[in-house]
Amino acid sequence: MTNKAGTQTNLSMHAIIWLLLSLSITFTLYAFNLENWVPACFVVFAIWRYLIEKNNWSYPTLWLRFPLTIAGGLAVLLTYGSLFGRDASVALLAVMISMKLLETRTKRDFIVMVILSYFLTVNILLFTQAIWVFLAVLLALTGLTACLISVSHQSMQTNISTQVWKNHFKVQVKLAGKLLLQATPIMLVLFVLFPRIPGPIWGIPQDSYSGMTGLSDSMEPGNISQLSLSSKIAFRVEFKSAIPANNQLYWRGPVLWHQEGRRWQMASDRIPLPMETLQTSGSATDYTITLEPHNRNWLLMLDLPEISASTLPAEARVKHDMQVLSKEPIRTRIRYQGSSYLQYKLGAELSEHERTLALQLIEDENPKTRQLAAQWISEKKSPTAMVEAALKMFREQEFVYTLAPPRLGKEPVDDFLFNTKRGFCEHYASSFVYLMRAAGVPARIVTGYQGGEINPNGNYLIVRQSDAHAWAEVWLQDRGWVRVDPTSAVSPDRIEMGIGAALTDSDLLPLLSRQDYPMLKHLYMNWDAVNNGWNQWVLGYDQAKQLALLKKLINKDIAWEDIGLILVVSMIALMLFVSYLLLSNKGMVLNPSNRIYQQFLKKLAKAGVTKLKHEGAISFGQRAAKTLPNQASEILEISALYSSMQYAKQANSKITNIQSLNLLKQLVNNLKV
Amino acid sequence: MKKITDAIIAKTSEVILGKQQQIKLALACILAKGHLLIEDLPGMGKTTLAHTLAQVLGLQFQRVQFTSDLLPADVLGVSVYDRNTANFKFHPGPIFTNVLLADEINRATPKTQSALLEVMEEAQVTIDAVTYTLPQPFFVIATQNPSSQIGTFALPESQLDRFLMRITINYPDAASERQLLQSNGGREQLAKLSPVIDATQLQALQSACHDIHVSDALLDYLQAILKYTRQSAQFNAGLSPRAGLSLKQCAQAWAMLDGRDHVIPEDIQSILPSVAGHRLVSNITLTGSVDNIAQLLKSVAV
Repeated sequence: MTNKAGTQTNLSMHAIIWLLLSLSITFTLYAFNLENWVPACFVVFAIWRYLIEKNNWSYPTLWLRFPLTIAGGLAVLLTYGSLFGRDASVALLAVMISMKLLETRTKRDFIVMVILSYFLTVNILLFTQAIWVFLAVLLALTGLTACLISVSHQSMQTNISTQVWKNHFKVQVKLAGKLLLQATPIMLVLFVLFPRIPGPIWGIPQDSYSGMTGLSDSMEPGNISQLSLSSKIAFRVEFKSAIPANNQLYWRGPVLWHQEGRRWQMASDRIPLPMETLQTSGSATDYTITLEPHNRNWLLMLDLPEISASTLPAEARVKHDMQVLSKEPIRTRIRYQGSSYLQYKLGAELSEHERTLALQLIEDENPKTRQLAAQWISEKKSPTAMVEAALKMFREQEFVYTLAPPRLGKEPVDDFLFNTKRGFCEHYASSFVYLMRAAGVPARIVTGYQGGEINPNGNYLIVRQSDAHAWAEVWLQDRGWVRVDPTSAVSPDRIEMGIGAALTDSDLLPLLSRQDYPMLKHLYMNWDAVNNGWNQWVLGYDQAKQLALLKKLINKDIAWEDIGLILVVSMIALMLFVSYLLLSNKGMVLNPSNRIYQQFLKKLAKAGVTKLKHEGAISFGQRAAKTLPNQASEILEISALYSSMQYAKQANSKITNIQSLNLLKQLVNNLKV
Repeated sequence: MKKITDAIIAKTSEVILGKQQQIKLALACILAKGHLLIEDLPGMGKTTLAHTLAQVLGLQFQRVQFTSDLLPADVLGVSVYDRNTANFKFHPGPIFTNVLLADEINRATPKTQSALLEVMEEAQVTIDAVTYTLPQPFFVIATQNPSSQIGTFALPESQLDRFLMRITINYPDAASERQLLQSNGGREQLAKLSPVIDATQLQALQSACHDIHVSDALLDYLQAILKYTRQSAQFNAGLSPRAGLSLKQCAQAWAMLDGRDHVIPEDIQSILPSVAGHRLVSNITLTGSVDNIAQLLKSVAV
């Protein structure tokens, strides 16, 4: 009895270990995306299950499992407020799978577990599709496949030695890897051909877009500096021609008109404003942007984009103040092309309504600032001189560019300009615009990104959230809207060389934006180049790309419905063909050992010993050994092995059979005659 | 297992000189629970072989010399009226034994022959509506002179089929013959021979024989042989399913004698002449000759 129990431990131990290993990978991935108690719950149950197996403990009774299940469901309900939606339902699945471990003992249980775990593992891709996650998922899938293999082998195994037992792990994972490799061509074909339909196939619950970062539609002191702490990538840009200088790279996002205390907002759409006129000069700069999802409508463009239907991304529109909006919030990574002019004249005329909006201020605030503006007006300074005066103030007084500005008091602009003098771009932009408006110069804030980092591997620009920026535009007679970046007056380095160079208190900045660690940076650049390829060619493989590729392949336009139909029909045909092969014996005339033996016969035939058709393997081996006495022992060994593989009772474990097959292969390959 | 069978063969060889192959075949036949027919000229040692085997296997041995006036009752036994009890009392014949040597079976009349063959098939005797079971193990070793000899009743094919194997002994080689001539003949040694195993052990060997593995690949080969005998113009009639089964059982026994736990095609090839030889009748010569079997083996691919 003890012996039997011991053997059984050996048997399901393989499967248990594979299952727990693969699920550990999966739950590690989920640790970044689900509440922490979910992976913790898995750890507890996994250890419990392992100990049950190892020490032959008894399985928990129904009286324990039932309350546990209820508690798990309740915990998910309490944490996520629902059992539905992406996060909650995946969490529920994860918790239930962890608990199911406690009642996984028969072959059938294991198969159910493995299939559930496959599902749980690929679900991680609903949360994140980064390349390393994909690789980890592949690893977990290999482990699960190995588990499936060990489950189907174990029922036939009998007592085995520790050495063999260990060896089985290797054989199982090898076989699993082989199976996955064999599946790769099918995966690739399906990836290329499976019809991409515009938009998601099924609605992913709304909560999947929480936690996306990006510019918002309003600005308050503090929210851009908050964004600057994130090294997340905002977008990547490939230029058709040379990349313009860093101080030219203003990526235009939301334009803010409306001031309300500390808060700046976009102009309301109630009264439509006329389109600002645009005169461009010089040659256009063409580029392609791969925008990360940020759950907002803006499509960032280089200042200033040319507005024509041919250069704008599909379903996008341009607001009067030259910001480009897509119809739907950007929830998947998109690629679009842009064409911009670095030299331009925007808004030659300013309508009365525009002027009112561009001068709007909340009354009775920031008296000191208003006083300064009034003083400038009384000095009869021209608007240009006023701009100069403001910039001079920033430049010459002790203004400091910092990510960690002190909190501003009740009159924020006054407090900043005359008291703290420490701020980030949004402080400078907003106080500058405030000052201009107070002095009667029409002005507005433009938010977006400034600069970017050139990746030499692939020659494209990476723009991160930490490159988020805010600047100002003032309207001057005859010159239109002119970009003025007050931050550059305080900290020219920010604009010339990027944020890493501008900040002294760099500890606050994300590691990768800092100037030191060139090795790390180099590695990171390589990695990002791989990532960029992954985004473009794998994740970015959308309907348009698919159709273009197919057009290239078959030289004909084709609709996605047709692709689907062709795919379904060819799959059915393939399945019918395979079942035909399986049902008739045609596909499998020779078994593997037979095939290898044929090679052996060929080798001997070359040496002049041909097997007669009625000769048995052993008698032929003996005859051949007599003719070729130098190889006698090898020939006899091969013959004996082959004969026993053909005629002896096969060991009940497939693994042993595979091992003898490998041995036969090796012997035949090593035979030299 | 191999040790035991090797010991049996060695012991038997002490008496039957230079006939290892025949001894092995005979032993295989016994292990496969079949009856053995030894066919050869008088004086070749048929009787000695049968007697020695019985002795070595530790079995009860009876011998009946078949003659043309032998009656079934002489073999099976007879009920005699007992005056004291006023009842018929059954006197068992020589067949109630483990090994029955039916010497020169083809000298008896068909009536007696068929009586014997029926018992061989059923392993029981029914006389006056009473059934008597024979001791186990039970098997018959029959010897027969080649049918061309005068005064014989050749066994019909249907009855030959009851014998699992037919073997011939043939003349001994010179060395063995010299050894034989130097001694006083086998019979003397036979008396001194001690058994290697007993009946129970023999039965254990017989059941172990069943467990020798026969793979699908081997059955493919076996069926190919059966198919060939049925389709080829070489033979009058093909091998019966029973013959197929016999082939399998003998091959299993042969594999066991070789110390293997599975049957290989060579086993079939070794026993085929003895198992199929008396069952196949050639179209050309109207005899089941060994040459025909060799031809058959060459024609079927392994």
